[in-house]
Amino acid sequence: MRQFSYERAIDPAQAAARAAEVEGAKFIAGGTNLLDLMKLEIETPVHLIDVNGLGLDEITETDEGGLRIGALVRNTALAADERIRRDYPVLTRALVAGASGQLRNKATTAGNLLQRTRCPYFYDTAQPCNKRAPGSGCAALSKGAFSRQLGIIGTSEACIATHPSDMAVGMRALDAVVETITPTGLTRSVPLEEFHLLPGDTPERENVLMPGEMITAVALPAPVGGVHKYHKVRDRASYAFALVSVALIRQPDGTGSVALGGVAPKPWRSVEADAELPNGAEAVMARLLNGARPTEENAFKITLATRTLAAMLAEE
Amino acid sequence: MSSPSKAFEPRRRTLLAGNTDLEPGAAQRTAAPVGPETTTITVTVNGTEQELTVDNRTTLLDALREHLQLTGTKKGCDHGQCGACTCTVNGARINSCLSLAVMHDGDAVQTIEGIGMPEALDPMQAAFVEHDGFQCGYCTPGQICSAKAVLEEIAAGVPSHVTGDLTTRIEATEAEIRERMSGNICRCGAYSNILAAITEVAEQQAQGDRA
Amino acid sequence: MQFNQPAGDNLFDNARLIGRPTPRIDGPLKVSGQAPYAYERHDAAEGQLVGYPVVSTIAQGRITGMDTSAAEAAPGVIGVVTTLEVGEMPTPSGMHTAPLFGGAEVWHYHQAIAVVVAESFEQARAAAALVKVDYDVTKGSFDLEAVWQQKKDDNSEPVARVGDFETAYQAAEVTLDQEYRTPSHSHAMMEPHASIAEWQDGKLTVWTSNQMIEWGRQSLATTLEMDADDIRVDSPYIGGGFGAKLFLRADAVMAALAARKLQRAVKVMLPRPMVMNNTTHRASTIQRIRIGAQADGKITAIAHEAISHTLPGGSGEDAVDQTRKFYAGDNRLIVKHLAEMHLPEANAMRAPGEASGLMALEIAMDEMAEKLGMDPVEFRTVNDTQVDPENPDRTFSDRHFVECLRQGAEAFGWVSRNTTPGGMRDGQWLIGHGVAGAYRGGPATTSGARVRLQDTGRIIVETDMTDIGTGSYTILAQTVAETMGVDLDAVEVRLGDSDFPVSAGSGGQWGAASSTAGAYAACIALREQIAERLRVNDPETLSFANGAVNAGEKQVTLASLAADGELVAEDSISFGDFRDEQVVSTFAAHFVELGVHVGTGEIRLRRMLAACDAGRILNPVTARSQVIGGMVMGVGAAMMEEMAIDTGRGYFPAHDLAGYEVPVHMDIPSQEVIFLDTVDPASSPLKAKGVGELGLCGVAAAVANAVYNATGVRVRSYPMTLDKYLDQLPAV
Repeated sequence: MRQFSYERAIDPAQAAARAAEVEGAKFIAGGTNLLDLMKLEIETPVHLIDVNGLGLDEITETDEGGLRIGALVRNTALAADERIRRDYPVLTRALVAGASGQLRNKATTAGNLLQRTRCPYFYDTAQPCNKRAPGSGCAALSKGAFSRQLGIIGTSEACIATHPSDMAVGMRALDAVVETITPTGLTRSVPLEEFHLLPGDTPERENVLMPGEMITAVALPAPVGGVHKYHKVRDRASYAFALVSVALIRQPDGTGSVALGGVAPKPWRSVEADAELPNGAEAVMARLLNGARPTEENAFKITLATRTLAAMLAEE
Repeated sequence: MSSPSKAFEPRRRTLLAGNTDLEPGAAQRTAAPVGPETTTITVTVNGTEQELTVDNRTTLLDALREHLQLTGTKKGCDHGQCGACTCTVNGARINSCLSLAVMHDGDAVQTIEGIGMPEALDPMQAAFVEHDGFQCGYCTPGQICSAKAVLEEIAAGVPSHVTGDLTTRIEATEAEIRERMSGNICRCGAYSNILAAITEVAEQQAQGDRA
Repeated sequence: MQFNQPAGDNLFDNARLIGRPTPRIDGPLKVSGQAPYAYERHDAAEGQLVGYPVVSTIAQGRITGMDTSAAEAAPGVIGVVTTLEVGEMPTPSGMHTAPLFGGAEVWHYHQAIAVVVAESFEQARAAAALVKVDYDVTKGSFDLEAVWQQKKDDNSEPVARVGDFETAYQAAEVTLDQEYRTPSHSHAMMEPHASIAEWQDGKLTVWTSNQMIEWGRQSLATTLEMDADDIRVDSPYIGGGFGAKLFLRADAVMAALAARKLQRAVKVMLPRPMVMNNTTHRASTIQRIRIGAQADGKITAIAHEAISHTLPGGSGEDAVDQTRKFYAGDNRLIVKHLAEMHLPEANAMRAPGEASGLMALEIAMDEMAEKLGMDPVEFRTVNDTQVDPENPDRTFSDRHFVECLRQGAEAFGWVSRNTTPGGMRDGQWLIGHGVAGAYRGGPATTSGARVRLQDTGRIIVETDMTDIGTGSYTILAQTVAETMGVDLDAVEVRLGDSDFPVSAGSGGQWGAASSTAGAYAACIALREQIAERLRVNDPETLSFANGAVNAGEKQVTLASLAADGELVAEDSISFGDFRDEQVVSTFAAHFVELGVHVGTGEIRLRRMLAACDAGRILNPVTARSQVIGGMVMGVGAAMMEEMAIDTGRGYFPAHDLAGYEVPVHMDIPSQEVIFLDTVDPASSPLKAKGVGELGLCGVAAAVANAVYNATGVRVRSYPMTLDKYLDQLPAV
């Protein structure tokens, strides 16, 4: 971990301005992923802006009848919130499927969205990785590489990493919107669908945030009702990243939404696939995973996603 | 579907040991810290207020182990992957390896040393001894810190991955305890005994509540 | 003390303490965080500096240059030691393969090549990243499958050949011929390797985490080319080992070299992401098993052939070993192949050989039982043997494998299981039951101890034996208290210090039987001294009870015997050849019930049971913990543990505790352990054998067989992750 200076931010606009002003600055909130990466020098900020004192830790009701989740609401608090449990249970289910109790106590809503991939080659600085060291190559795509956990769709010739979040998958099924503040004090709202970027030729760019721009909240639209489920499949029963996870919201008439985790560089969902929900899991996945380019080692994720959704649909 | 391939051939090369910024296009780091690289904080550890001046890079775990020489909190992975470093901050259990000491100015930290010492063990510690809830002992302080917090989290109604109905009271079932304890790895495999220890304390607490 | 014949009736047959459930005497220290592990010995040496390793980032080749200037100029740095400046050092021992440090040659990924020493951990870590290294890369081969294709069927140099396997196999009424695969495993003990080293007047002290103190001391002496008597190794508490800490490792060498160069105490802990490639692992195997049997189930021919990878000069994994002894059969063929490749060093991990060998053999036995239309318990029973199948004149000293199967099956309710694969459902879960047998040797080796009777009546026992979580502290206290007729809390146990008598150490499940026998020998020496003091000719006529010794009418307290100064006695046990003239082994049967999700293929265990035959159980509390812990590791081997190999780059890419998954609380169901009430007089004066490795043996196969019973899909490649059978499950 390289040396850095440290300051505690006092308000969101000031924090964003400061982040834009100091070259190599980064925000730190829960720190559960950033510090992990700083220890390995995958992240090398020279200045940390501690945003934990900014408030932004409340869940409030929006004018549209939805909820606004402050950027610093901890994963535990979000999962336990009575309104979330009652009206957005897919989000609670996704949250508690992720990480461990200790990590959820620290991890924040914004930080969870900004998690970086768990690709083993990204994590080893001796290996080429276009995300960590642009232009160095993708070790995961070389002959003999270990790619079982990695992405099958939305990936590119430059990168096949996945986004590791569970929370974001639940939020994606709920049509969440990310709210930010820029260094100049402007605010904007970005649908979660558009927040994460696909790797293309620039896998180092993972989201639409501009330098210094800070997430202040995630807004959920008014409750949509229906039955909410989240099924995370992994090699051990807990405390592991997903092979595949499926968020499902299903209305009494059979319509609804489906989002996948563990398969792509971002929570994976499409309206076309959602429209197939009344026709069953095969139909949904035929659409949702159309164009998938798995490796030999992770092609099973297509079958797994299909069967997992089928099992969820059959449960009722 | 075939695997896309992009062969990378190893070749003669120079590598930085820790971080390679491998060749072309690697972001060049020119920026430098804009303030002091150490910070003085005040933190209350096991009820005692401590003033510490730490390298900004020092984790809470290393502040405890190296600065305060409270070595009951263990370093198993230093990356949030094992739970051996679990302690509580302001009542919530966290991985102290993934938290900077400078971020805990004004906080109250409790470690295993504050829970109980050999001559006066906490009921959870005593239950771990009685049920042989450990072998090598290295993950044990973290297990115990977690175990106590788990019972509090259940009582507070925090849901878990195995919670059935999200809208009713949560009971301290075996599945709830096992799921919530899953962030504390025990490679010796004492899980069944740890469960027995926690279950006994949960029952003691439930009896205490009823009495 | 010589152990030259089977133990007769002795005090352990009517024991007060041995065999009684006894909570760990080190428990209160461990649950309060007061037990000191290697890296936290702040008290051990003044002014400790921190060393952070630099490791190679190629699998094979040569270092052509190292630039440490930036690291040396970094804040807080006191010095750097590089592998080039040190030069090649002698191989630490015959049990090591790769160099731990020194020289330009790179044998494997993450080989230690420098250590950067600074005032603080943060400074050392940052500076270590500044070391620049030039390499000449050698292109290696890392494909075990390819080598297997070349070597299989080459039976020209068998490990063992009995009768005529080929003819008998051809003639057999029922045959099986299958291949099985086990991956590389990491010990993944919770405490990474760590050492503090200090030099004073040319003498070296290393506070470390090591299972085998004397091996460690001798290896340090060899490596550093110094007199072993000038080295002290101290390791009273060890945060798990499972074989990873059997041998001297790079942490201790780096700490010692840096401390010598800088003339300051230096501590080094291997960062977790370096542990899996820098240290040792259990090698992956490919195994072919052929079994031929008569229609009545009697095995007439059995062949086990296995390959594993190793660095040049290593011995690989002995996955075929148990097959030489476990089941009967007149015609036998055992073949072992090695594939030399520059992966990190393959070496011993808990139950080396048997753990991976039984993962294959016990699936094969299940498959064979099915082909024969026999219950797998019955099939194993029919093929029990009471003699060494390769040498029928050699008998087992005490073997109750059939009784393990019988008692286990009864307690588990085996008869009432569903026998049609894929035929039992509970909602979306396919329910299955599986059984497997377990076999592991019961070795014992020379072990010494010293006992010191204090004027308070307390007895201190000192031995370089280690407690890696096994319960050594407690069983040694029980042994000494039993032999000297004192209460358990009158005994203080001091372990892990090379200043103490050399013991068996912890490994190969020999520790408990050997070290308690050594402590017993020292106690007998003390009893002889006491007899002399009391002018009693025959020490056997003395009786020791309640902190006193009775000689006829006369009773003297132990405390009073030491009133003029402590009495010190030292001895060791050594085991005579008679022990090896028999087969001393341990046995178990494992039973598992589980569910496989019909949609996702997820496996959830429902209950596990082990029935074990391991001679006298010294402490049922700690022995049971050993067994349930082994069962947990077996679940890991069955379901998730795999050090995947990047066959292009030649290393284990998923090298941390997120990438290498081991079981968590949620994976483990209720566990039951039955210990057969057996004693093995040929094993030791206490008639005890080890259980620490037995608990792991066979477990993974029991899980695999249960998965087959649940799904009807036979998976012969571990771990049994869902991608290997998902597409064969029934429609949701």
